[in-house]
Parts: sequence; structure tokens; C-alpha cells
Amino acid sequence: MNATTTQQTTPATTTIPSDPPVKMECRDLSVFYAEKQALNGVDLDIREKQVTALIGPSGCGKSTFLRCLNRMNDTVDIARVEGKVLLDGRDIYDPDVDVVELRADVGMVFQKPNPFPKSIYENVAYGPRIHGLARGKDEMDAIVEKSLKRAGLWKEVSDRLAEPGTGLSGGQQQRLCIARAIAVSPAVILMDEPCSALDPIATAIVEELIDELRQRYTIVIVTHSMQQAARVSQETAFFHLGNIVETGITDDIFTNPKDPRTESYISGRIG
Amino acid sequence: MMVALALIALATIAYFTARSRSVALAGGDASTLHSRPVYHGFYAFFWVLLPALAIWLVASRIADWYISSSLSERFSAVIESLSGPQAGAFINDAMTLASGGRIGFPDDDKIAAGEFVAGLQSAAFWLVAALVIGVALAGFFYAYSRIEPRKRTRQAVERVVRYALIACSVVAVLTTIGIVFSLIFESVRFFGRVSVFDFLFGYHWSPQSAFEGAGASTADDNSRVFGAIPLFAGTLLITFIAMCVAAPIGLMAAIYLSDYASAGFRKIAKPVLEILAGVPTVVYGFFAALTVAPAIRGWGEVIGLTVSSESALAAGLVMGIMIIPFVSSLSDDVINAVPQSLRDGSAGLGATKSETIRKVVLPAALPGIVSALLLAVSRAIGETMIVVMAAGLAANLTINPLEAVTTVTVQIVTLLVGDQEFDSAKTLAAFALGLVLFIITLALNVVALRVVQKYKEQYD
Ligand SMILES: Nc1ncnc2c1ncn2[C@@H]1O[C@H](COP(=O)(O)OP(=O)(O)OP(=O)(O)O)[C@@H](O)[C@H]1O
Ligand SMILES: [Mg+2]
Repeated sequence: MNATTTQQTTPATTTIPSDPPVKMECRDLSVFYAEKQALNGVDLDIREKQVTALIGPSGCGKSTFLRCLNRMNDTVDIARVEGKVLLDGRDIYDPDVDVVELRADVGMVFQKPNPFPKSIYENVAYGPRIHGLARGKDEMDAIVEKSLKRAGLWKEVSDRLAEPGTGLSGGQQQRLCIARAIAVSPAVILMDEPCSALDPIATAIVEELIDELRQRYTIVIVTHSMQQAARVSQETAFFHLGNIVETGITDDIFTNPKDPRTESYISGRIG
Repeated sequence: MMVALALIALATIAYFTARSRSVALAGGDASTLHSRPVYHGFYAFFWVLLPALAIWLVASRIADWYISSSLSERFSAVIESLSGPQAGAFINDAMTLASGGRIGFPDDDKIAAGEFVAGLQSAAFWLVAALVIGVALAGFFYAYSRIEPRKRTRQAVERVVRYALIACSVVAVLTTIGIVFSLIFESVRFFGRVSVFDFLFGYHWSPQSAFEGAGASTADDNSRVFGAIPLFAGTLLITFIAMCVAAPIGLMAAIYLSDYASAGFRKIAKPVLEILAGVPTVVYGFFAALTVAPAIRGWGEVIGLTVSSESALAAGLVMGIMIIPFVSSLSDDVINAVPQSLRDGSAGLGATKSETIRKVVLPAALPGIVSALLLAVSRAIGETMIVVMAAGLAANLTINPLEAVTTVTVQIVTLLVGDQEFDSAKTLAAFALGLVLFIITLALNVVALRVVQKYKEQYD
């Protein structure tokens, strides 16, 4: 496998066959908050069924980038997005793309666990209900069970599905949010610092879960923890001041960074 | 008046002298003082003012008592020759004459009594004034002599401030309790004449035909004319109409403001709504009586309905408009309190804005919204002016919104307006109505606040 960098203009088709195919491509992606530019025309390929980690100092645009991938920036009035984001070759910013369907395809898990103040069951069933994925209660039960199982939460909550989701522990809540995202069977799951509000044990459980989810889903994760990026991801992109400075195989980036900024960030000199 | 001015002047002087004295004692370096010079100033200020005020209160009371008792002693012969009320009038007239007023039927006795009182009063005035100023001066010298650099004056002043604050809150609480007790007390008197059961469950209200006097038969008759059901039914009907207007409109407005409106629009619209809440209700009353009621009547005629010129519908509609801003501003706060992260979570799953609001935001805000509505209901129940002007006085027991009805508050007003003996059954009925109204709105408010509190804990 070869490392991709910002300078690389040739698309992924030229990479060697053993490479997983590209799921999402970002081309010259810029984001403005009112007058302020937060992303300066970045390019990134996200490969299918891989975990891509986005790292970089605070305020460098990681969350902004992540939110472009399922058009969550649409909900911010002052945000303006330029450039292209292709999902399976189709531009998601095309006027005739339905945001509702897009977000069913590209799910999102947030930094702070945010279960709805509803029962555990209803939390998971929320997405499928909106998208009309289940015909009848049996199908819905099946979706809820499958999603909770994939999120590794089934054993802990199977006998208390009617209890409020807000009553779970922080780590359980975050896995509930993952189950909620899985329930609409997305192809890509975006996670913005999913472990930053969790203790080390809950973090380890979620990390293990991410590693398992990779078999079915393409995952993009923002993290401030170098160890976490190293543990869960196969590819890493390093952001700095609204640019992607370096991207590539996670092991390469961590053992042999090409850019001096990447190197000093990884070794803890830029914060 | 003069005494009060003198006292304040003296206290102010004390403040400044004590302040400079403390600095002088510290050798010009105020930082070596335990308490800052200002505190020494206030210390002296309080020592001048507070004991003098206390003495003033007590002394003028004693003087008043002394004057009236020596008046009745001196003129005991005259007073004894008069009958009960006239004796009281004699003393009142004497007091009025003494203070330079005019009276109805002056005679020699009264004039002599007035002069006697006037003499006593001026003597008492000088005595009290001298006493007060003396105490003030004593306080001043005491405080002045106690100024020391290391003295803990700050604590003493803070203590006085604390007691003053306590006194104010005690006044607030005590007056409330006092009002409630007088309500209860008068209601109990009313229920001594009309049974509670007849009052609460009777369906005939015409207090104008109540009989006064004692005896079993009047009690029976009165029981039949003090049935409060029509009033409560009228109140409920109008409140219901008002909520039918205010709840949906207020809620939708709140949703628009919190989730759809741009920041700029919100900045303008919210204060405008709150101004609407500041319009005096009597203005809404005009509006109801002069514009809305005739309009409804006109429409009714067009489609062949008979609408009385004062109707529950007119009053209810206008009252609904009045409480829209109340509902919308409270619900807007509640809806805004639902964390953005929940909205993001829902949007991230592909929900549209309206789905997010219907399925996540509103359910999460529901307890708060319910309590906002309950508060609005209690506001509507207590509202008087609009109903007086637009709903009429007829105590009809009806659910037809096109007829005139009356409400509890309106009847309280009509019972108490005009010349009434204070302890007639009619007047007392007003207290009983007030008590029931108070209990209802209190219960509503308690429930609403409970719900809000429970709701607040959810996201913390
Ligand atoms: N809603 C917004 N309105 C205005 N500016 C914003 C908004 N969101 C982000 N920004 C700005 O965009 C820049 C990038 O922010 P972003 O949240 O993407 O950073 P980040 O890399 O996720 O940082 P962190 O690691 O602290 O989460 C920052 O300078 C931030 O101030
Ligand atoms: Mg971020």
C-alpha cells in the first residue's frame, strides 16, 4: 500500500489492487464560517471498510471536515461549503441529493453521548422509524436487537429496553448512540471524538467495538489521542490550520512522518 | 417632618465626621484600619438613626395614647351624655379641629376639646422632638467615642445590613400570610351563614336578592342564591376558549422563534412579543368590548346565529390573545433549554427539522411546556378586566360561548363595588370566592413549578 498525500492528484484507481476501494473522495473542499475560512481546499480519500483517523491540534478543522461528509454543516446557518465530496462517485452536494437519504448512508456519532430522553428501544428505533425501514413491530424488534448486538450493548440492556436511555452509564450511552447510528444501516459512520467523555475502561470497550465495526462499515474518527489513532485506525490524516498536511497508512505516519509539522505534533510539540 | 429632616442631617454629619475621625486616628493611613473608613461612617450613621427612630416610634405612640386618654378624662361629662357612635364622633371631631380641619356640626364643647387637644399636641411634639434629637446626639457621641483603628466595625455594619434585609423579607412574607389569613377568616364567617356545600355546588347565583338579618329562614334563602357553580362554569368556559387560542398560537410561535427564525428576526420578535405582554389588560378590555364583541355579533347574524352583545367567545378570544406572549415566551425558554446535541443527533440520523422538533425537541420539552400552559391557565382564571368589559354580568349556567356568562373575578368586583356593609353575606361571599380562586390558582402554580423543577434536573 502506498501513502496518499495532499499533493497526490491521481485518484485511487492507480493504486495497487490489494488496496480497498475508495468510498468517499473529497476534492478541493473549503468551508467558510461567515467570512472566516476554516478549511482551505482539502483533498482526502476515505477507503471502504477501513478506519480513517483525523488528527491535529484543536481548531484545525477536523470537526468541520467531518461534518462536511454528511452535510451536517447545512444545519449551521453561517457555514458555506465549496468543493466536492463524492460518495460512491456521486457528489453529495449535488442539488438533487436528498440529505435525509445521505444521512441514512453516512451516520454520525458525537463527542458527548446524546441519547434522546426516550427508552433505550425508542432510541434505536428512532432512525428506522423515520426512514420507514421496518414493516411491523417484529421487524423493528429485529432491527433494534441486531443494532444493539453490533454495538456490543445487547447483553447489558436486553432486559431493560423500556428504561430511559439517559439512565445508562456514559460508555453505555455512547454505545447506544453507535447502535442508533447502525440501526439505519449506514455505509459510513462518522465519529467525532467518541471517547473523549469516557473513562479508560469504557474507552477500551468502544475502541474494540470500532475495530469490529470495520468489517461492515467505513469509519472516520476524529481523535485527540495519538494512541487511539494508532490502535484503531488503518489510515490517518493530519490536519493543521485548515489544511491536510499529511495522509497515509497509520503505521507509516506514526513511525515515519514525512512532514516536520506532523512529526512535532505526534511527538507532542504542537498542541 | 422637621424632626425627620433633622435626624437625617444629623446622621449624615455623623457619617462624615466618623469617617474622617477614623482616618485621623489611623494617622492618615487608612490601610492600617481594621475596617475601611466607610464602615466607621456607617457605624455612626446607624447609631444616630436607629435608636432615635425607635424612640420616636415609641414616644409618639405614648403621646397619642396620653392625649386621647386625657381628652376623655377631661371631657368625661360631655362624652357620657352622648350615645355610643356620637361619643366616637366627638373625639374624632376634637382631633380634626386640633389639626386645623373643619367639622360638620361645631359646638362649644367640641371647640374647647379641640383647643385642649391642640395644646397637648404641641407640647407633646416638642417633648418627642427633644427626646429624639437627644437620643440621636447620644448615639452620635457614643459611636464617635468608640472609633478605634482595630475595632471590628465592618462586622457590626454588616450585621445591621443583614437584619435590615431580614426585616424586609419578613414584611413581604408576613403580608402575604396576613392576606391569606384574612381571606380564610372572612370566608369562615361567610360559611357560617351559607353552607359550604350550597356555595360550592349550588347552581343559582343572584346575591343581589340575598336577605340580611338573622334567623333560620334567611339562612335557608341565602343558601339558594349563593350557588357558585355558574361562576366557575363561566370561568372555565372563558379560560378554555382563551387556551384554545393561546396554546397553539403561542406554542407555534415559540417553535418558530427557537428553531426556525434567524438570529436577527428573533432579536426583534422576542421583545415585541414581550411588549404585548405589557399592554394593560384594560386596553384589551376595550378591544374586546368595542371591537371583537360587535364583530362576532355581526358574523353571527350573517350566518343566522343569535349572539348576545356580551359573549364568552369575545372575552375568551381576547384573553387568549393576551396570554399568547406569556405562553410563547415561557415555552421558548423551555424549548431553547433542550440541548443542541439532541437536535444534532436527530439530524445526524436523517431526520428533517420538523421531525426533529416533533419527535425529539417537543417530547423533551413537554413537561416544561405543560407547566407553561398551567401558568397561563392560572393567569387566565385570575384575569378580571377583560371579562368585566366583554363577558357580562349574567350568571348563566351554559356552555354556549355565544351567550353572556360571568366569572368568579367579575362577581368579586360587583360584590365589592359600591356601598356595602362590610359584614353582609354579599361582601363576605366575595372573600369566599376569592379563597376558592386562590386555592385553584395556587394548586395550578404548585403543580406547574413542580413539573418545571423535575424537568430541570433532566439535563444537568
Ligand atoms: N459554528 C461555527 N461558527 C463559527 N466558527 C466555527 C464554527 N464551528 C467551528 N468554527 C471555527 O472553525 C475552525 C475549525 O473548528 P473545528 O471545530 O472544525 O476544529 P476542530 O479541529 O474540531 O477542533 P477541536 O479539536 O478543538 O474539536 C475553528 O477556528 C472554529 O473557531
Ligand atoms: Mg472538534
